[in-house]
Amino acid sequence: MNTSLNWIKALVPGLECSDREYMDRMTMTGTKVEGFSRLDKNLSKIVVGEILSIDRHPDANKLVVCQVNVGDKTVQIVTGADNMKAGDKVPVVLDGGKVAGGHDGGPLPEDGIEIKAGALRGVQSDGMMCSIEELGSSREVFPDAPESGLYILPSSAVPGEDAVELLGLHDTVFEYEITSNRVDCYSVLGIAREAAASFGHKFSQPVIRETGAEASESAADCIEIEIQDPDLCSRYVGRVVRNIKIEESPDWMKKRLRSSGIRPINNLVDITNYVMLEYGQPMHAYDLSAIAGNKIIVRRAKNGDFFTTLDGEERALDDNVLMICDGEKEVGIAGVMGGENSKIRDDVTDVLFEAATFNGPNIRKSAKRIGLRTDASGIFEKGLDPNNALLAMNRACELVEDLHCGTVLKGAVDVHGDLPEPRRIALEPDRINEFLGTDISKEEMLTYFDRIEVEFDEKSGDLICPTFRQDLVGFADIAEEVARFYGYDKIPTTLPRSGATGGKLSFKMLVEGIARDVAEFTGFSQAMTYSFESPKVFDKLLLPEDARERMAIQISNPLGEDFSIMRTTPLNGMLTSLGINYNRRNKNVKLYELGHIYLPEALPLTELPDERMQFTLGFYGEGDFFTMKGVIEEFLGRAGIKVRPQYDPESGRPYLHPGRQADILIEGQKVGYLGELHPLVCKNYEIGARTYIGVLDMPAIVDRSTFDRKFEGIARFPAVTRDISMVVPSQIMVGEIEAILKQRGGKLLESYDLFDVYEGDQIQKGFKSVAYNLTFRNKEKTLSDEEVNSTMKKILNGLNGLGIELRS
Amino acid sequence: MIQETLNKIREEALKRINESKNSESLNEVRVAVLGKKGSLTAVLKGMKDVAAEERPKVGAMVNEVRSEIESLMENARVKLETLAMNARLENEKIDVTLPAKGIKMGHRHPNQIALEEMERIFTGLGYEVVEGPEVERDYYNFEALNIPADHPAKDEQDTFYINGDILLRTQTSGTQVHEMEKGRLPIRMISPGRVFRSDTVDATHSPCFHQVEGLLIDEEVSFSDLKGTLAEFAKELFGEDTKVKFRPHHFPFTEPSAEMDVSCFKCGGKGCRFCKGEGWIEILGCGMVHPHVLEMSKIDPLKYKGFAFGVGLERIALLKYEIDDMRLLYENDERFLEQF
Repeated sequence: MNTSLNWIKALVPGLECSDREYMDRMTMTGTKVEGFSRLDKNLSKIVVGEILSIDRHPDANKLVVCQVNVGDKTVQIVTGADNMKAGDKVPVVLDGGKVAGGHDGGPLPEDGIEIKAGALRGVQSDGMMCSIEELGSSREVFPDAPESGLYILPSSAVPGEDAVELLGLHDTVFEYEITSNRVDCYSVLGIAREAAASFGHKFSQPVIRETGAEASESAADCIEIEIQDPDLCSRYVGRVVRNIKIEESPDWMKKRLRSSGIRPINNLVDITNYVMLEYGQPMHAYDLSAIAGNKIIVRRAKNGDFFTTLDGEERALDDNVLMICDGEKEVGIAGVMGGENSKIRDDVTDVLFEAATFNGPNIRKSAKRIGLRTDASGIFEKGLDPNNALLAMNRACELVEDLHCGTVLKGAVDVHGDLPEPRRIALEPDRINEFLGTDISKEEMLTYFDRIEVEFDEKSGDLICPTFRQDLVGFADIAEEVARFYGYDKIPTTLPRSGATGGKLSFKMLVEGIARDVAEFTGFSQAMTYSFESPKVFDKLLLPEDARERMAIQISNPLGEDFSIMRTTPLNGMLTSLGINYNRRNKNVKLYELGHIYLPEALPLTELPDERMQFTLGFYGEGDFFTMKGVIEEFLGRAGIKVRPQYDPESGRPYLHPGRQADILIEGQKVGYLGELHPLVCKNYEIGARTYIGVLDMPAIVDRSTFDRKFEGIARFPAVTRDISMVVPSQIMVGEIEAILKQRGGKLLESYDLFDVYEGDQIQKGFKSVAYNLTFRNKEKTLSDEEVNSTMKKILNGLNGLGIELRS
Repeated sequence: MIQETLNKIREEALKRINESKNSESLNEVRVAVLGKKGSLTAVLKGMKDVAAEERPKVGAMVNEVRSEIESLMENARVKLETLAMNARLENEKIDVTLPAKGIKMGHRHPNQIALEEMERIFTGLGYEVVEGPEVERDYYNFEALNIPADHPAKDEQDTFYINGDILLRTQTSGTQVHEMEKGRLPIRMISPGRVFRSDTVDATHSPCFHQVEGLLIDEEVSFSDLKGTLAEFAKELFGEDTKVKFRPHHFPFTEPSAEMDVSCFKCGGKGCRFCKGEGWIEILGCGMVHPHVLEMSKIDPLKYKGFAFGVGLERIALLKYEIDDMRLLYENDERFLEQF
């Protein structure tokens, strides 16, 4: 919403403020000003000049030398323009003055362009005649300006007078951010009301003169109106104007339209646009002669219908789109755009004005579906006050008379159901003060409401809120009005008095904190990746057609295929990030992420999915499978999981190296997996190095975590250590050996540490050498050799069962 | 006679001790003089040939020489060791400006750092940190927050839908409702989490980002408490000198609503390029919980009041760490992450 300050000042007598003051005050009372631009920025010493003569430049074919009357004197100006003739009035910037931009209409320089007298190709030039672009404006709002050349002023302009004033450029245009609840502020009157109240003035709505009272014919004689879908159209007001004379609008109207960024076209179109700006009620004008059967019917379109809008485009319709029809055919898409078939042409004589109230959400959806969002639909979609429609209509007719644009017929055809009534809300000053933490008197509060046309019923103690303030519904809304006019900045600053509850993080968050700490201590940096991705990732990860991961939730309106499903595996995010790093030649990159995967119970989704936090680690460069394993075990230990995890190599994950992968099990339950990335997957993600991945399912970890620690004492009795060196069939994994050590070693075996694995020349083919250092200890007493020997024997027997021999 | 022999031994030993250049040669002296077959030991062994009455005297003489030699040897040893150590230290001089050996820790994501900062501040004020679902029902994301079907706010937020009822939450505010529905009052909570909006990726937009929601509900709470709490928060987060400004705004689930600006922490409020000359930077939205929202969650708005606020985590991270492009937060380039 852009509005000229001059227009606001015209509606609020006595409003005096600088641009900056206006911006700050409006923002602090809730009408946020995004910014403002002074239309006369960098325009100085620009007057009306009358061209007296035009002569050829003696030394330049493309230049001419003009004598220009600038009021108090005649100056000589050399120009390259060629669209003027002697007698034309033009804007002239005098020596030492400034213009806003160049003649090409490019971006305006911050400090404008200074114009100095000087010689052009040897001929003295004492100023410059200006194009509209040099004045910082454009053909968009001055459609009568030439494509290139000087802007020719009206012949009535007086030489020597301020040309900037003449063009209405001594003004400031403010841009507001209007919140969705304040439909009334999408209008100049609404902004003016807020401005008045913000500066302590009382606002009064302009009174609209009665029109057409004298006419012999009335609107009802010419038109019948029927609303077939009242749920989509709560009011339709029609009035008729005959003997239309299409002309240019007067200057004052053109200036105001321009300052709002609207191009003046002709009196009839300008009136509808002007009323839309002023009252926030879009209007439409139909050529009455094109309305068949003198009848307007408001009804839904039929599925499969097509309609040509006045921009010449054919639009596909469906039965959610509301149409304006005559006795035979559709003539407009309600609230969006009129039809080509009833478009106003220059030879129009009779016009039907429409001011209607349509269902906001329906207009919004229609505009979206048809793919045509217009100024009108943008306003209608906010949901307008039906009471405003009649006001706007009568204002339009008043303007028709003021501009001598035609003969307004008597009365209106006004079709509507129940109209909204002013809402009564109790004014509860004590409750408001308690709610805001303030001490504002009732009288003070009442002055605020008086300024914004909210009346007070002394008897009942109720405020009577006008229907244009649809946002005032209950106590809190009233409190907000008080707060914003009292001033948010004047409300005190206190802290809640109530006793504090204990602030804390949940256990789950604390375990996640441990994951972050361990990852970072071991060199991994934290990554964050998107929750949605492309279904193509399943192919990139070599997942088979029936993989569970492929059962993913689809977003019905995604930003594109790449963001269309909710991830069921954290790998794609991790691998994409590693790929980016590899591509940018970052060495030894280690990343981790704590993020959700989204697992649906069933598809289509009826229940919310299981959001499972995954702790994902990934790296390439220094390190190997066992580096990753070390990080995972360190984390599990820190999370209070004491049992040694087991590793199942038969994890069958297609995206990992078949010989270098394992599921991680704790007490037989799967809690994650790790492995080296399959070379084909590396290729798919363009990572040219061995890449290792570890994923832990955090809910499973959190379930098993504990922060309970018990001191177990420091061993007082000496340990006995034994080394064993074995010849082991190659296919046996050390995990199997360790299972035997643990089982057979019993309580006495305190720990076992692998210190050598060797396969090669010294060992028979098909076998490997494995060596452990075993530590035995009895916590109660000093161990005897016999005890150790007998345990060793049990262990060796167990190992023999696997075909393992001691190395001789 | 013996006296002469002892003198000779003593002279010889002193000479050799003084000539010793290291502990090995010193040891040789010890063996040659004091060892089993050493010269002084030989004198002692010869005592049997000395007359009985002479023996104590001779013994004392031998011991005197022995202890003198021992003490001289000890002095020499200490001196030699000191020399050797000094030589080693001299030798071991290093170039301390050579590069450090990399003990490389990983780095925390700037979003996470900002979040932990906020968690620290609010848990200190007695707020509990809770979480809510990212894939959420329409009711919790919209309806229970006073955003009924067809409300323009639903379009404004450009929601990703799974189906008519289930969507990707556009705000963490739904957690407020979950928390209120538990019926445990009073409430002081913050709820960080991921939210989604249908914005195309660019320097200032991401379809997936984070918010931190805050909610306080109690019997005696006012708008001034909201101002005080958030002013405290801003000071903790941006520094003691930070000033705050509350501007009226509109959110469907709070009334009155406000946006909070903080004085620019780069220029202190004078106006600079960072704050686009305004001196103020918009930080968060907040307001008093709308009575209707309380009612929908079965809380009596006549007895209880509350305030709520929502902060964009990325916004804080971008501002605090002067990151100029939001895309950097989701690329995870090591060279970016290692700066935090």
